Amino acid sequence: MDALWIGLIATSVIAFLLKYVGHSVPEKWLSHPRVLKINGLIPIALLSALVAVQTFTNGKSLVIDQRLAGLAVAVIALILRAPFAVVVLSAAATSAALYHLQ
Amino acid sequence: MNRATLAQSLSVSLPVGAYGIAFGAASVAAGFTVLQSCLISLLTFSGASQFALVGVMGSGGTALSATATASLLGTRNLLYGLQMAPVLRTRRLKKVIAAQLTIDESTGVAISLEKNGRESMRQGFWYTGIGVYIFWNLFTLLGALGAQAMGDPAAFGLDAAVPAAFLGLVWPRLTGKTERLLAISAVAFALIATPYVPAGVPIISTAVLAVLFGIRGRVWK
Repeated sequence: MDALWIGLIATSVIAFLLKYVGHSVPEKWLSHPRVLKINGLIPIALLSALVAVQTFTNGKSLVIDQRLAGLAVAVIALILRAPFAVVVLSAAATSAALYHLQ
Repeated sequence: MNRATLAQSLSVSLPVGAYGIAFGAASVAAGFTVLQSCLISLLTFSGASQFALVGVMGSGGTALSATATASLLGTRNLLYGLQMAPVLRTRRLKKVIAAQLTIDESTGVAISLEKNGRESMRQGFWYTGIGVYIFWNLFTLLGALGAQAMGDPAAFGLDAAVPAAFLGLVWPRLTGKTERLLAISAVAFALIATPYVPAGVPIISTAVLAVLFGIRGRVWK
């Protein structure tokens, strides 16, 4: 079994267990304010890191290429409160256009 | 069947489900097959976790770091389950299905209906959960088939669509100074660490920053 299958199965099993445990344990167990605070911050850290790595890296090197232009357009779309689909599509279109110009 | 609740659930589940097209495409571009992409949506069924799995594995990370990142992003579903369990009061098979449908949108719609009573909350949860599940999986298949037909992901801008999707997911969460500082710190940390540690590790490591900010959060408030 290759790594992709292992990642797929492990992620799916854990994702379900997290959901199921939430439905099964008494609410007071995890309602400490600090736990709630950290739980809200974890997605911010991970998603921000993913934005950075997916935009500026190629393997182990840091690069600046057409993806940065796509991301800049996505930022503008978000500031203008565009829907998610517009954010993603405008970034893709910008990046694709620059890729073909190169 | 309550029409107003059904309409609200549909207005959330159709556009949210449509993002599945971006996931299906990103997943195939990362090296997963169409079948694997569909299985991820059917089984994991949590947008941010799914994007993290294919994002980390697509950039050369190990299954372990991809799974760890995806799972940390899934912990919020546990808290949603805690909130929804007393409202839904399900058992056995129905509890298994309710758990699988416990995501941002189903919980969000249910909570928004709190003033209308528990029956409305239950309806909102089920309609939205089932709606997103159907559309998300349908659009995942379309996106995966589309990307398979495309070939080079960069030629269609898919290489920028994935970080833009992550940005769209994190943007609404950057509500305060602590959140914004954490985001900037995570970006800086991940980029500085990238040349020195295996792929995927710079991302999962930023969870430590979240814990530190969570403990010391008051300093910046």
